[in-house]
Amino acid sequence: MTEIQDQPTGGGRQFTPVCPFPIQDYPQVLLAHGGGGKLMHQLIGKMFLPAFRNPLLESQHDASVFQAGGQRLAFTTDSYVVRPLFFPGGDLGSLAVHGTVNDLAMAGARPLYLSAAFIIEEGLPMETLWKIVSSMQQAAQQARVEIITGDTKVVDKGKGDSLFINTAGIGVLEHSLTIAPQSVQPGDAILVNGDLGRHGMAIMAVREGLEFESAIESDSAPLAEAVLQLLRAGIEIHCLRDVTRGGLTSVLNEIAEAANLALLVEEKLIPVREDVHAACEILGLDPFQVACEGRFAAFVPDREAERALEIMRRHPSGIGACRIGKVSNQRSAKVLIKSTIGAQRILDMSSGEQLPRIC
Amino acid sequence: MKYLDEYRDGELAQRYAREIARITTRPWSLMEVCGGQTHAIVKFGIDELLPRQITLIHGPGCPVCVTPVELIDKALEIASRPEVIFCSFGDMLRVPGSTTDLLSVKARGGDVRMIYSPLDAVKLAEQNPGKEIVFFGVGFETTAPTTAMAVYQAARKSVRNFSLLVSHVLVPPAIEALLSSPDRRVQAFLAAGHVCTVMGYEEYIPIAAKYRVPIVVTGFEPLDILQGVLMCIEQLEGGRAEVENQYSRSVRQEGNRPAQQLIREVFRVVPRKWRGIGEIPQSGLGLREAYAAFDAERRFGLVELRVEESSECLSGLVLQGKIKPHECPAFGARCTPEHPLGATMVSSEGACAAYYRYRRDPRIAA
Repeated sequence: MTEIQDQPTGGGRQFTPVCPFPIQDYPQVLLAHGGGGKLMHQLIGKMFLPAFRNPLLESQHDASVFQAGGQRLAFTTDSYVVRPLFFPGGDLGSLAVHGTVNDLAMAGARPLYLSAAFIIEEGLPMETLWKIVSSMQQAAQQARVEIITGDTKVVDKGKGDSLFINTAGIGVLEHSLTIAPQSVQPGDAILVNGDLGRHGMAIMAVREGLEFESAIESDSAPLAEAVLQLLRAGIEIHCLRDVTRGGLTSVLNEIAEAANLALLVEEKLIPVREDVHAACEILGLDPFQVACEGRFAAFVPDREAERALEIMRRHPSGIGACRIGKVSNQRSAKVLIKSTIGAQRILDMSSGEQLPRIC
Repeated sequence: MKYLDEYRDGELAQRYAREIARITTRPWSLMEVCGGQTHAIVKFGIDELLPRQITLIHGPGCPVCVTPVELIDKALEIASRPEVIFCSFGDMLRVPGSTTDLLSVKARGGDVRMIYSPLDAVKLAEQNPGKEIVFFGVGFETTAPTTAMAVYQAARKSVRNFSLLVSHVLVPPAIEALLSSPDRRVQAFLAAGHVCTVMGYEEYIPIAAKYRVPIVVTGFEPLDILQGVLMCIEQLEGGRAEVENQYSRSVRQEGNRPAQQLIREVFRVVPRKWRGIGEIPQSGLGLREAYAAFDAERRFGLVELRVEESSECLSGLVLQGKIKPHECPAFGARCTPEHPLGATMVSSEGACAAYYRYRRDPRIAA
């Protein structure tokens, strides 16, 4: 047993063998620690950040931006574990490309290259693997990136769940903006590029066997092109964040916290498709907390909002782009939402996975 | 969205609010029984539209919240067994027992599954003959018919590896318990629309008469609740105490007879302990002797397990409407959704969860 105990170290930067996580609360990792909510943020903040601490990591952006050879580059990674492997509007392969490309795009980078690592469970039909690989190839072509390195591991049957994919990506920044939560200014307009919650509900509907007149299709899409067009048009983008796990609620709360500013949004301005809304009502879920894979929030100066929206709408993923709120001048990290009947409340991040209600 | 947005219309809401303000001449205290209504009130800010003289007291209508800690402990004990697949509605998974919760049992290797319909548990039992499938039957009269149907189907198909951990509770006895309390504050009730969709509202008529209290069967959307409040105030101001039905698009006086029949076939009325409140006579459902073979407590030998509740959690007072969630000293400090002391902080219908989620710092920014 180690004798080293938690000692006051001034800066608190010394890494000790003492687990920094309050283990009396959660001696095991729960699924909720990966749900994109508060528990995941605690895990990152209390375990990963102190362990690997450095200024680039601390920016906690979708991708890290750094200088190399006189260029600003962006680097990111993500693992993909979605079930089912195939769902309306996409599959694990296209998702593994879109997700990483989008993380690069959110740093304002033009994606260049991806890596792809496959963890395959023994017994996976070759046909299934080929479909996923073909889909990745097409998605990469569409997103104008190349997969230039990779890795293959096969694990025993029962030791993996058919297929997991990890991709990492590198991109180049061709502008001088600092696209980050710290650049968000009071008065900024908050924009989204379309209706929310479709990816999560497409998956849920398949898992739960919910049938609607037409299937809900995932919004999975590459976003780099849309962002690059905004940059080329000279829009002074302050911050971008793609809406993934935890939904819009997590995105807004993360940015409010990092920028230390209150955000104000209006429920009736936030687009949610009717079928998604209906599925959420049936399952007792909040559409603002449901994941997307082709949606992002953009923070831009109010005077540029209309022009930015016009540009976003030219791109297929941004036809439904709209303004959902603004940044207040109140120095307090919170998100306030005006309800449809006009009252105001906070929009809080969930703890972990959303759990459907009883009745 | 059709049949939903119509009930969330801001303009109409304001008109209801103005009418309520116009007819209110003195202070009144109303209780919304159901946790679903509490959430809608806090989420949409309905109480902020009402005149100051009207107080909405949040009731005990959150089945997850009133499930006694010893039953949660029984669930945890059963779910930890290697031969068991434990099925539950999502709501129950994060509710703390005396030491842990179902999600933690799952993380330690217990096979805990979230399902939407009790019938899925019967299906699982058929697909996994080597396993014991246990369903955690929680809820008011709303979910009792589907639980009853699962037991009924299992019996008909002789699915022997299915059993039920039952914690169903009934609304009218809880209302009576609140009304007979010596420090009763509630002057009118918004009865839970979904419960009445199943049960009808005949059983509320003698309660309204005996305690001279208006009871309005009310839906869950903002306009439903505002109209329910208006109907209560009209009765109170007019000196009436009747049962009225605001939620007529869903509720009939006699309710859903086949569903009631199914409940009676499988269950009998039993005394039940309510978390934070104590035992209320004739307030729960237990399996009838003919279906006793499906009783998980008997199957796993847990009938005798008794556990005391945490003394720090004041959810009992919250559930009886005696305090508001933020008046509890632990609220938002030692008790949060990530580290709950009681079920009211984690259930999607719990009053503490509603206040934590929507109200912690409602100050309006510029």
